[in-house]
Amino acid sequence: MALGTRIALNTFEFTALVGLGALAAGFLGALTGLGGGVVIVPLLTILFGVDIHYAIGAALVSVIATSSGAAAAYVREGYSNIRVGMFLEIATTVGALVGAALVLHLRVSVISIIFGIVLLYSAYASMTDHAHSSANAKPDRIATWLRMDSTYPMADGLESYRVRGVPQGFGLMFVAGVLSGLLGIGSGAVKVLAMDKAMKLPFKVSTTTSNFMIGVTAAAGAGIYLSRGYIDPGLAMPVMLGVLTGSLMGARVLAGAKVKVLRAVFSGVIAVLAVEMIYQGLK
Amino acid sequence: MNEQTDRRMDEIIGRLLQAGVILAAVFVLAGGVVYLARHSTPVTNYHVFQGEPAELRTVPGILHEALALRGRGLIQLGLLILIATPIARVAFSVLAFLYERDWTYVAVTLVVLGLLFYSLLGRHG
Repeated sequence: MALGTRIALNTFEFTALVGLGALAAGFLGALTGLGGGVVIVPLLTILFGVDIHYAIGAALVSVIATSSGAAAAYVREGYSNIRVGMFLEIATTVGALVGAALVLHLRVSVISIIFGIVLLYSAYASMTDHAHSSANAKPDRIATWLRMDSTYPMADGLESYRVRGVPQGFGLMFVAGVLSGLLGIGSGAVKVLAMDKAMKLPFKVSTTTSNFMIGVTAAAGAGIYLSRGYIDPGLAMPVMLGVLTGSLMGARVLAGAKVKVLRAVFSGVIAVLAVEMIYQGLK
Repeated sequence: MNEQTDRRMDEIIGRLLQAGVILAAVFVLAGGVVYLARHSTPVTNYHVFQGEPAELRTVPGILHEALALRGRGLIQLGLLILIATPIARVAFSVLAFLYERDWTYVAVTLVVLGLLFYSLLGRHG
């Protein structure tokens, strides 16, 4: 099915097609809030027959682009908790270095299967409801020592919250980092899971802090990818520009969109791609 | 600790990130135009992994290629700027925590910064 093997594509055609695919990924990612990065690797490997090393290189770059572009907006709203984010970033960054190292030691088929499983989890996670974490009255010793408790803006003023489960959050963030460095994804889903469920942060704080962290984690992996030669300019160029443009367009359209329906459709697409990745890995 | 300074720092960080992405995109786009104008057949066979040539894998190499106005070098420079953007963001946070005299988090942020520098500038084969 891979374009470029069956049909001879010249550079311009290949660039244009990849760019369009990336645009669609970025657009849907922004509209559904699921992030386009997770679709880039399957898109490149399955549709274009690109080797997974080049694919994760291009994908990780696009993750930095979209998260940095989006974070600019989030940060100004005052929701993200920079202390929590920066402390956990130690875990994710180390994780990313470990993940990038694993790429050298795991067979491509194994990476494909892991990717498929993570994709399935992302599809599942996006469909489930996010229960509102209740505010905790008891202070947590570690969180207090690290001064993580903070406030976030609500309609009627600043609402304070406490942070808990720091070691658990740290462990989950390490896993998120490993996945990011291994698969070329942002691992936003795992990061939000860690902060929302393990550390009991208010949901909006979790999502915005996660967004800030994604770019830093991706940069840690990308630095290694760059020196290993995974990042090809001819491929990363249409991917980065396409995803950026797509997500900008998606953000514009966001106001009038039926997010729930789109999310269901996108989850379905992700699930299909996940199965295809696993199938390819098992072959 | 001070809400006001926190918010001000956040604003600067936001603008820093935006500027980084825009600057990176400009180089990637410019490089892309040069690249497409000069190559009609694909330079790299994406089906088989061979790895990029050495000059596109290191910071000095990329700068050299970009200054020579080679399309791939310019693109790679843009990507380098993109990777450096979150790093700059973390570096700025070191300064922000220093300004707030938050020594614990100066240390935390320096650890993260160190790991990022190791990734970008270290030899990883």
